[in-house]
Amino acid sequence: MLLIRCPYCEKDLPEVEFRHAGEAHLVRPSNITEISDEEFEAYFFLRQNPKGIVFERWRHVHGCGRFFNAARDTVSDKFLTTYKAGEPKPALGESA
Amino acid sequence: MADQIALRRTALDGRSVKRPWVSVTPAAPASRLVLRVPAENVAAVSAALGTELPTKVRTSATSGTRSVLCIGPDEWLVIDADGVDLAGALKGVEAFHSAVDVSHRNVGIIVSGEGAEATISAGCPQDLYLPEFPVGTCCRTILGKSEIVLLRTGEREFRVECWRSFSDYVFTFLEEASRDPLI
Repeated sequence: MLLIRCPYCEKDLPEVEFRHAGEAHLVRPSNITEISDEEFEAYFFLRQNPKGIVFERWRHVHGCGRFFNAARDTVSDKFLTTYKAGEPKPALGESA
Repeated sequence: MADQIALRRTALDGRSVKRPWVSVTPAAPASRLVLRVPAENVAAVSAALGTELPTKVRTSATSGTRSVLCIGPDEWLVIDADGVDLAGALKGVEAFHSAVDVSHRNVGIIVSGEGAEATISAGCPQDLYLPEFPVGTCCRTILGKSEIVLLRTGEREFRVECWRSFSDYVFTFLEEASRDPLI
């Protein structure tokens, strides 16, 4: 079983307690009523989905209930780091 | 017909498993409160409640019949003896908080004995090894397909709290698991 570190519980916990919650660091435009359909589409629907390192939101739904962010390698499915929601993207070291 | 009075039966009325190595029994009815309190108001709520809220996630504080479980960064589950008015104690608190009485939403199950750890581990992915999960540790987690709140009340005793409608499933799961705990 994959262990995921919850930054709020400060512990490596089993993956069945967690839910994936989409791409991280998306910013909702403050002028949402004024933007064009194309801009709205880009914000609302279009995602990067790269091969390699992705930054995603996860939720410790069957635990503390908090959303947090994680950097994960989609090839190896390895979690490089997890950090609290609202914190900036961490610099990933050489091992990444 | 007026002398016919409806009887209140608890969700797990009459169910109990006792084996030489483990026993699974429904806990006595209790009053329960779910608290959501922002960090700056924890002191005010603690004072009104008369019990210090533990601020580290996965820890609990027990005094007398009352247990306070910190299950999230701003979330607590308070369990006390049946009939204790927990919400009433917080009536006069001005500090912003949320308190919901869930006494009848939850059902408690006590698993105790030599094989308690193995019985729960049959369906719970948490590491229950004593140094990893010492007495007083609590967490919300999974048992089989159901969400539970787990509290270690002793080296060989756990309290499993589940939602009332899941209690039949959870109890049956523990009953089956207790047949063959790996001890």
